[in-house]
Amino acid sequence: MSKTFSLGGIHPHDNKISAAASIENFPLVDTAYISMSQHLGAPAEPVVAKGDIVKVGQLIAKSSGFISANIHSSVSGVVSSVELLPDLSGTMVQHVVIKVDGDVWMENIDRSEEIVGEIKLSGPEIIAKIAECGIVGLGGAAFPTNIKLSPPPGKKAEYLIINGAECEPYLTSDYRIMVESPEQILIGTKIMMRALNVKNAYFGVEDNKPKAIKLLKKIAGKNYPEIKIVPLTKRYPQGGEKQMIEAITGRQVPSMGLPIDVGVVVQNVGTALAVYEAVQKNKPLFDGIVTITGNCMTEQRNFRLRVGTTFDTMMYAIGGLPKDAVKLISGGPMMGKAVCRMDAASVKSTSALLLLTEAETKRGVESNCIRCAKCVDACPMGLEPYLLNRLSRADRIEDLEEHMVHDCIECGCCLYTCPSNIPLLDTIRLSKAQVIKIIRSRPKK
Amino acid sequence: MNTIIFTIVSLSVLGLVLSLILYLVSQKFKVVEDPRIDGVQELLPAANCGGCGYAGCRAFAEACVKAEDLDKMYCPVGGNSVMQNVAGYLGVKVAEKTPQIAVVRCNGTCDNRPKTSNYDGYSSCAVMANLFAGDTDCRYGCLSQGDCELSCKFDAIKMDPLTGLPEVDEEKCTACGACVKACPKMIIELRNKGLKNRRIFVSCINKDKGGVAKKACVVACIGCTKCQKICPYDAITMSNNLAYIDYNKCKLCRKCVIECPTRAIWEVNFPVRLPRVEKAPIIDQK
Amino acid sequence: MKKLLVSPAPHLHGKESTRGLMRDVIIALSPSLLVSIYFFGFSAIKLALVGIISCVVVEYVIQRYVIKSTKTINDYSAALTGLLLALNLPPNSPWWLILIGSIVAIGVAKMTFGGLGQNLFNPALVGRVFLLVSFPVIMTDWTIPVSWFREGIDASSGATALSIVKEGLAKGLNMDQIFQANDFSYMEMLFSKIGGSVGEVSALALIAGFVYLLIRRVIKPHIPLSIIGSVIVITGIFWLVDPQQYADPIFSVLTGGILIGSIFMATDYVTSPMSKQGMILYGVGIGFLTIMIRYFGSYPEGISFAILIMNACVPLINKFMLPKRFGKEVKNG
Repeated sequence: MSKTFSLGGIHPHDNKISAAASIENFPLVDTAYISMSQHLGAPAEPVVAKGDIVKVGQLIAKSSGFISANIHSSVSGVVSSVELLPDLSGTMVQHVVIKVDGDVWMENIDRSEEIVGEIKLSGPEIIAKIAECGIVGLGGAAFPTNIKLSPPPGKKAEYLIINGAECEPYLTSDYRIMVESPEQILIGTKIMMRALNVKNAYFGVEDNKPKAIKLLKKIAGKNYPEIKIVPLTKRYPQGGEKQMIEAITGRQVPSMGLPIDVGVVVQNVGTALAVYEAVQKNKPLFDGIVTITGNCMTEQRNFRLRVGTTFDTMMYAIGGLPKDAVKLISGGPMMGKAVCRMDAASVKSTSALLLLTEAETKRGVESNCIRCAKCVDACPMGLEPYLLNRLSRADRIEDLEEHMVHDCIECGCCLYTCPSNIPLLDTIRLSKAQVIKIIRSRPKK
Repeated sequence: MNTIIFTIVSLSVLGLVLSLILYLVSQKFKVVEDPRIDGVQELLPAANCGGCGYAGCRAFAEACVKAEDLDKMYCPVGGNSVMQNVAGYLGVKVAEKTPQIAVVRCNGTCDNRPKTSNYDGYSSCAVMANLFAGDTDCRYGCLSQGDCELSCKFDAIKMDPLTGLPEVDEEKCTACGACVKACPKMIIELRNKGLKNRRIFVSCINKDKGGVAKKACVVACIGCTKCQKICPYDAITMSNNLAYIDYNKCKLCRKCVIECPTRAIWEVNFPVRLPRVEKAPIIDQK
Repeated sequence: MKKLLVSPAPHLHGKESTRGLMRDVIIALSPSLLVSIYFFGFSAIKLALVGIISCVVVEYVIQRYVIKSTKTINDYSAALTGLLLALNLPPNSPWWLILIGSIVAIGVAKMTFGGLGQNLFNPALVGRVFLLVSFPVIMTDWTIPVSWFREGIDASSGATALSIVKEGLAKGLNMDQIFQANDFSYMEMLFSKIGGSVGEVSALALIAGFVYLLIRRVIKPHIPLSIIGSVIVITGIFWLVDPQQYADPIFSVLTGGILIGSIFMATDYVTSPMSKQGMILYGVGIGFLTIMIRYFGSYPEGISFAILIMNACVPLINKFMLPKRFGKEVKNG
């Protein structure tokens, strides 16, 4: 029997049309635009200047501050500038622009296909290695992995959960990783278990991926009995951190709390692969698996894509932007960000590029709330989106806090399900940010 | 007959008892207030706009009564006359303040600033600003969703459907500052109304380099510093590729207006120029 | 270059719309409508048509000329109110009765509050209760009109089962005598003649509509089931105490509009609570009040009043019966 979470959720059509396409290497680009803000927290500080010659995997920017991450070059060539360029939402971000010349890798990166199973490093060494290689969570938030693997003093992790739910429609990059490199992710899981010093790990996979479940179960059963593969019901947002923890362990992360408060650390499948490559193969994080998909495209692809590739280049590689595609989404259709500029570049946590047509994505005209309570039913956090929307529009901050707006995980179930097309999440997201700011500014008890 | 008497008696007793309870409760929960608060409140415009920085006219009246000197208190809606009345009522003196007005510092109409993407979401500048830089290449300009119009209690700022920009009604604007707070791009500024309502200001807040700004919007301030050089009164300062006119120093000579190559500097309420002066400061003359 | 569409997440939207939901409820009502056309012929068609048309026209006129708001007549909500009102009137009602009912339902109960989604009370029920109070004679004349299909059958039954029981009890008869005298049969109630308003002739048709609504996920089962459950429990207790004075639970559920009320009236989105716990409380409240009105009030039925009273409590229920929050009671084991 598949496990699942207790409250809310929706069942959008999963549209995993690119599931059968195996991962191919994306062709080398002419120019790479590598952003210095690819992670949550402070932007990295560039350590290269115009005219420097860099190799693939060379450190080009250093972590600055506690929550930050190193950034490595994804290409080899000459740094042509370090300048402010717009990211996908038009915000100006420091970029290192590298003119590509050949494909010369750092000598210490092990590029062989051979799978290295033996873990030589100790826990603290692993964390240091992960920090050095600039690994961030690839599930979407891009939180630096080394910090997540070092629980704050007084808190102890009991379980590691690997998130292979991929509950967002259309996305297949995690699925391809699970099918093509199952052994590597399981080794990556082992590495993180050693870093966290935990005995047990769970690997949650949605049951619409039977092939991945079977394969992982086979390998884990043979070599890694301490990693349990848990099939989960196909239901959005199964891959939400809090939902996944509840589905697997039955524990609920408290309001404003972190998974570590219930003794759990959650990592994404892509992160597990990146950890494996960093620790066993000495390869920093400078590429990732990206699904390029959409019903308006003739061909669905999964690429291994270097960081810093512009959306223009990606579109060129698949034969141009299809005529009826109106929206480009970096990430999944439920939580991904719409791209407003084609000249923006991919980052470490880019997991998909989704093309939608007007018919698929255009919002309907807003009409009166008929109080059908569908949003209340759909909310996986047990909130009342209709009420939060009303309170947000009236700017009633105290009432918003009382109704737990800060618990919203921005999964989008409410807006998806609303028959009156009310922009529930748009207003809730704004007031959530305000309320969290107020809560954080209060002196701690 | 008995029924009538009984009814009258019972109702009167009931009325007496209830009124006694009401009286006791009102005595118990009586709040002693300075009677002058009511007096000051009477003098205020009762707009409850919050432009003074207090929660409403009542709160402002309370603050006025408590405050030792009124120089820091100002009711933007009522202006100097109301403040003089309040000061007179409380028996103190208050300095005159220059009347102000809200000024929209963006001229990015659909023609001047072409759209580069389409927005499809809740029609709110705050939501839009939270999502991305804007649907044009200018990261600083007006988002045209009308948060300022919604925030205005006096119906003084309205979105013009033709330009997609807000227009301030000079008669109605009280300079309460609600729109200044509502605008996530901080385009709206309170400036002195000026002599005979005449004002000169830079209608752009684009801090990008000249080329980038010009490409996004033809009437952007490109930071060429020409206006700064020509200003005889040192009223213009440049920072981050953007000119700013200090309204306290500006003497309304209009030299900068002619000088500006992109027509980013605006003059308001001036008489039509004599033909001699209008020597065509047209864009891209070279 | 192509202008991209930019919007906040989520980028996909469900297919449901207000219009679709209302249409589903109308579809769910159609079995009852068809059955009533079979039994009452032209008068059922006339009532339904006048009801729907007058409600839509009243809504349009008010939106166009009085409040000058956006038009919502396309979303079938007014049509649904009209149909519900028609199905809740006696089959013999004259056309002007439903016209008055529609004006009250839409004009007073719906539009004065601001239209769709804003009203406190169920419009169709307000219309019905207004008529019930204003025209008690017409509204309790259950004479069955001559139908095209079934000429003259049962033309004699002039009262609903519940009022027969109530009158019988008042005369000092006991249940067995009343049942024998009137030949009540559960099978007949289930399939054909509940005796009462147009829409509640066949319990089976109403239940078919209920199942359709559940399958289409238009409504949740909480409200109807808690009403029916609480009616069964409460009447069951009375019946066990004195079977000669009180009717048995099955009879109580099948008569007096419990089914149409609980499935179509009480579940109206706008006037019912938002959380599941709230829905159950609301349903039990309706069930309890209905029985209290039946046994201790002067009206033989009472569900209309019970629903309206509970409608008034909905804002309070919404305030206190909050949905279960995630992470509130942390169960760490």
